[in-house]
Amino acid sequence: MSEALLNAMAQSIVDGDSDAAANAARQAVEAGMDPLEAITKGYMAGVNEVGDSYACGNVFLPELVMAGEAMKAAIAVLEPELKKRGTSRETLGKVVLATVEGDIHEIGKSLVGTMLTAAGFEVYDLGVNVPAETIIAKAEEVGADIVGLSALLTTTMIRQKEVIEAMDRKGLRKRTRVIVGGAPVTRDWAQRIEADGYSEDAVGAVGVARALMNG
Amino acid sequence: MKTTLKSKTKKVEISTEGPFTIIGEKINPTGRKKLAAALQEGNLDYVRDLAKKQIEAGADVLDVNVGMAGTDDVDYLPGIVKMLVEEFDIPLCLDSPNPKALAAALPLVQGRALVNSVNGEEKSLEAVLPIVKEFGVPVIGLAIGDGGISNDPQKRLAAAGKIIERAGKLGIPIEDIIIDPLVMTVGADSNAGLVTLTTIELVCKEFGVNINLGASNVSFGLPERDVINQAFLALAIGAGATCAITDPMKYSLTIKATDLLRGRDSYGAKYLKFYRAHAPEKTA
Repeated sequence: MSEALLNAMAQSIVDGDSDAAANAARQAVEAGMDPLEAITKGYMAGVNEVGDSYACGNVFLPELVMAGEAMKAAIAVLEPELKKRGTSRETLGKVVLATVEGDIHEIGKSLVGTMLTAAGFEVYDLGVNVPAETIIAKAEEVGADIVGLSALLTTTMIRQKEVIEAMDRKGLRKRTRVIVGGAPVTRDWAQRIEADGYSEDAVGAVGVARALMNG
Repeated sequence: MKTTLKSKTKKVEISTEGPFTIIGEKINPTGRKKLAAALQEGNLDYVRDLAKKQIEAGADVLDVNVGMAGTDDVDYLPGIVKMLVEEFDIPLCLDSPNPKALAAALPLVQGRALVNSVNGEEKSLEAVLPIVKEFGVPVIGLAIGDGGISNDPQKRLAAAGKIIERAGKLGIPIEDIIIDPLVMTVGADSNAGLVTLTTIELVCKEFGVNINLGASNVSFGLPERDVINQAFLALAIGAGATCAITDPMKYSLTIKATDLLRGRDSYGAKYLKFYRAHAPEKTA
């Protein structure tokens, strides 16, 4: 029974079927399944599969967005149950995410947020066009382990550097690592501005964030 | 409505009545590592080659963008504009948000360049419009208001209106404002294409101005991107777009076909001329 339900959870994500995802979550709650187990063993298996397929080019952006929506639908059902049990989801780490000031590109950053949330990070997505002070204030407030900075324009990449420098001045870099991404961002640029991590895509970002938490 | 661009001897009219104008997008180092490296080494051969290829492929205007991380446009834009003006007889579109770079490059243009771009945010209006006025050149206005990019075509229309109004106050005529309705990715939001098409229709109806597209963004994250881009170009042109910053190597023929289908190419002369000029490459 529970094996079949876990498979159905994974499949609902692969299919991007929010209704099926929410239904499976309700069944899990009724059957008294540990909601954490539902997430990590059920839904996450689907998220990983979709992520891998996207990286290979077998799944496309709208399908990735749908999978993200299905994940949200499942979490919405499971969250109250998690709270009731007094167990909040075991978090891999806290991530503050933003597209830098002057830049209004949303997709990549939001995908990274979805993937990190799905992987078990606690994500604070501040949106787009976010000034350095706002990002840093949030990172300090929540005690972020990682700050993720997206920039899609050659003219706004420089803001990534400015956020990193401002964090340096405040002595925040020991506690909080910085990962950067966005179409014009390269590994070389990430190294030059002394970021702690870089990934080409949202799927890779999960691996980078995990490695930073373990490193 | 006509927006006139000029090079040394040639005139290009972006027009709501005539054929569609192709602005070649390739001189832009974003995502082109070889170009970025060449620019930073001061090697202009690569830019020269891109200019030549795009002109051969049907570009009417060349977009020039030199934005690279950690560099200042003002150090690169004038040099490249100088070379392009000396060696090629085609109008330019100077693509920089940096007023200093624009002010340094515009005097080097022998003719009338297009500035890309201003948007409806105060900061941008104050920085870019005075330069546009000073040099008496046209400008692309992105339909972004103070609240950022909206998914509501009415709000994009309002942003366009604000740009036109503010330009008017400085004495910049409406025919020198080309509105860019913004094209977002359908992969992330399946209504994004419709929002753009509706914005084009609204801007056309309200202001009758020329309309520019940055058309390659729409297909991000999807397979067969060229097909989506071609379909979108045709729909957008049908809705009222009059020029696009795009890849002439890929889309010139689609654009010529669209002109023909809209009755803007007598006897298909331009379509056929373009076909003959490029057919041998295809069969080779």
